[in-house]
Order: sequence, then C-alpha cells, then structure tokens
Amino acid sequence: MKLIIIAGPPSAGKTAVSRQIIRHFLPEKKIAYLKIDVVRAFEDEEMRAEFGIPARKVYSGDLCPDHTGIMVLADALSWAEECGAEIFIVESAGLCLRCSPYTTQSLGIVVLSAVSGMNSPLKMGPMISLADIAVITKTDLVSQSEKEVFRERTKEVAPHVEIIETNAIQGTGLRYLMRAIDRMEEISDPSNIMLRGIPPLGVCTICVGKREIGWQKHFGVVRKLEGADDLFRGD
Amino acid sequence: MDSCAISEITILPGHDKSGRPEKFDTLVIRPGDTISIVGPTGSGKTALINDIEVFAQNDTATGRTVLVNGKVPPEELVRDPSMKPVALITQNTKCLADLTVEAFLAMHVKARKINDPGIVQETVDLANQFTGEQIQPSCRITALSGGQTRSLMVADAILVSNAPLILLDEVENAGIFREKVIRVLKEHCKSVIFVTHDPLVSLLSDRRIVMRNGAVEKVLEPKGKEQQVLEMVERIDVTLCLFRERIRAGELLVEQGFTV
Repeated sequence: MKLIIIAGPPSAGKTAVSRQIIRHFLPEKKIAYLKIDVVRAFEDEEMRAEFGIPARKVYSGDLCPDHTGIMVLADALSWAEECGAEIFIVESAGLCLRCSPYTTQSLGIVVLSAVSGMNSPLKMGPMISLADIAVITKTDLVSQSEKEVFRERTKEVAPHVEIIETNAIQGTGLRYLMRAIDRMEEISDPSNIMLRGIPPLGVCTICVGKREIGWQKHFGVVRKLEGADDLFRGD
Repeated sequence: MDSCAISEITILPGHDKSGRPEKFDTLVIRPGDTISIVGPTGSGKTALINDIEVFAQNDTATGRTVLVNGKVPPEELVRDPSMKPVALITQNTKCLADLTVEAFLAMHVKARKINDPGIVQETVDLANQFTGEQIQPSCRITALSGGQTRSLMVADAILVSNAPLILLDEVENAGIFREKVIRVLKEHCKSVIFVTHDPLVSLLSDRRIVMRNGAVEKVLEPKGKEQQVLEMVERIDVTLCLFRERIRAGELLVEQGFTV
C-alpha cells in the first residue's frame, strides 16, 4: 500500500487535489481516504458519494489535529489494509503551520494556494520544508509575476521540494504529481513509520485549558515578548 | 527564455466531446502570428488555450498534443513559469499584491534577474499605450481598474516576461485598445492568440480558429478578403468609442439620421 499525506492551510485546495488523485488512479487502483479535522468535516461523505471508495474522518476536538493524525495513523493503516486499499490518502486539517504531519515511508504533499499572498510560503516552515512535493493551486487566478515570486519563495523555504503548479479544480499540470505517485515506494515496514519532523512543544498550561493571558499566569514552557526569539525557557 | 529560441509551436489534433477526431492535420503558430479562437459558449475555446498553456501531451480531456519547435518540450520549459514560453492572461487573472505599480514590476524584474533599470518605466509607458486611463508608477496595483490591470499584464508579458506567445482569454471586455495591443505585439514579434467574441479582434487576426463541440471545426485564413468589412467595423468601433466618451462626459446623444 502507498501512503500519501496531504497537508496545507485551510482552503488551499487539499480536497481538490485529493479528488484529482482519486479520479486519476481509481480506474486501476483501490483507494481509501481519511480526513482529519477539528470540529466538522464532510469530505468523507463526499468522497464516498462521488467515488464509492472507503472513506472516513476523525475529529481532533481539543487535541491538535496533527497530533491526532499521528495518534490514529497506525490504526488507520490497519483499516486501509483491511479495505484492500493500494493507495491510502490521509488529508490533514491544516491549521497551525508549525506542525508537519509527514511520516517516513509516505509521500508528503503540501498544498499551497497562490492567492494566499506571496509571503505565505515564508510563514510556514516545516509544513513545506519537510514535504516531498508542493502543489501550488489557483495559479490561474494570479498574475504571472506573482506566480513566479510565489515559486521563488517556496524554493527559498525548501530548495529540494518538487513544485507543481495547478488549477486543481481543472487538474491542469497535475501530470507530474501523478507521475510521482506512480513512482513512489510502497510502505515496507508499517511498524517502523516515524514522523519526519519534531512537533512543536505542546506542554504549556494553555494546552491543558488555562485561559488567562500573560506568561506570569502560566508554568511549564513560557515565553516573553522580549528576548527569547526561537528559544523556549522552562520556568 | 530567449524568445528567438522558439521558432514554432505546433498543435496536433485531439478529438471532440463525442470522441470524433479533429479535422486538422497540424496547427502551427510562428512568431508574429495573430490568431483568434471563436465559437459558441461551451465549444472548447478555453480548453484549447489551456492545452497550449500546459503543453498537453495527449493527457488532457481533448487528447491534443502541443510541441515546441517540432518536439516534446523539455520539462523545465513546461514547469517553471519563468522559463515557460507562454503567458496566459484571462478575465480571472488578478494582481493581488498590495504594492505600487513600480514595486510590483520591480519585484518581477528582480525575480527574472533582469539588470535594466529603465524597464519598469518602459513597461508602465507601454501599458499606458493600451489604456485610456493613465497608470502612474506610484498607483497601488489593487486600485487599478480592470482595463489598467489587463494593460499592465500585457505590457509585463511583452517586456518583463518576454514571452514569445501570449494567450488572451476574452480581454476585450476589459476596455483596452485592442488594435494597439495587436500592433505592438506584432512589432515585438510576439504571437498572440485571442479567445474572443469581438468582431474587431476576430477580423484583425491573420487566422481564425472556429470551435464546435470541443473540437477545431475549421481554420479560416481570410488573406485580405474581409478587408471591406474590417474597414466598416473599424469605423463602427471609432463611432462607438466617441459615443462612449460622450456618455462618460454626461452628454445626451440626440443626433438623427447619420451614417457610420
């Protein structure tokens, strides 16, 4: 079974890209689909209705959705295997831009929208830099110049990521994505699948539900406005 | 991409919506060509320019193949927008960046690594030849009108992108000087393909591709035979422009019994 993990900010076009992958491979391959979201999601019902494939969703609720994804992934792989899937697509909720849900033995795809502004690739480090492929959607809506600058900035964050530009609704230019899926390796050792990156520290008192503002009201990992930059300091 | 390096773009036939093969052998586009694509809504006009834009290799819904200099184009030419020999400008294409015209163009010039300090002003000057509403370098991009934005994009495609082939999807609605655009593109040895419903643009083109049911129905080459009608349409166009200006100026148009 091939594992595809799709991440990207909300409304970038992750589901449109998933649909194109399913549409392309469905005639020959069995595909299963999992959507991870926070409060509400409808993609599983849509995929079932449109393509008749096994599809399900999981809500993360109070937990970070990418953490949820990692927690449930082993179970999800077993489920997809039971469904007889040859390709398993996991689509993340795409929220904080600090996490990146890609694992080893998978194809990591980040979906970015060209209309989200030219600085957006610079703002979401590991979600892009740990991906294998960046699919830039909605390129039909922006000027040539912005398209070129968006690409430059994506490359700046992740020089080795393969960039694919598309209008994901029409599926233009996605031949290179399909080729990469054709060529990717299957899962070889499911018990040894690891997260590629280190998730952000999530051990603060805000995580556990304290709502007061200001670092003085919290303990564990705290940060002040001045002085810390990227350093976290325990208190 | 040096525009001289592209001597021709060739379209090989695909099939119509019912799967019947298209009726042409090859369609060759060379530098300086002006082509319009006409046909009813839903006949496949936009699909044809999309095929050109992605350099279809029998992998789009139409089954067409697009070659550059007679060969399958190298991958970077298709994938890297700064190397792509084609610039597509549609009614949907927008400049989203909240920058001044000057800063916006400078950003593109920098991304292209062009060392010509004059090119920003040249591009604004060229854009101003296409539109009646003057664009100032200090204007914000987001405050430009539809016609100004289209004019700037066409000028940018000619001078900064230096794209040998420009695809314009129904830009006539944006209110740019169509004849001027066609003349300047020819002067710069660019080829241009218009998707259009506009009689003037259609008649000004050297060739007219007629679409039906997703396929190229025929390719017309008037070779001057339409000259009289073209002259009439040009006169009508001038008249309409004058009326437009007078309406804008707040006049009542009360003439009776005049000829075009």
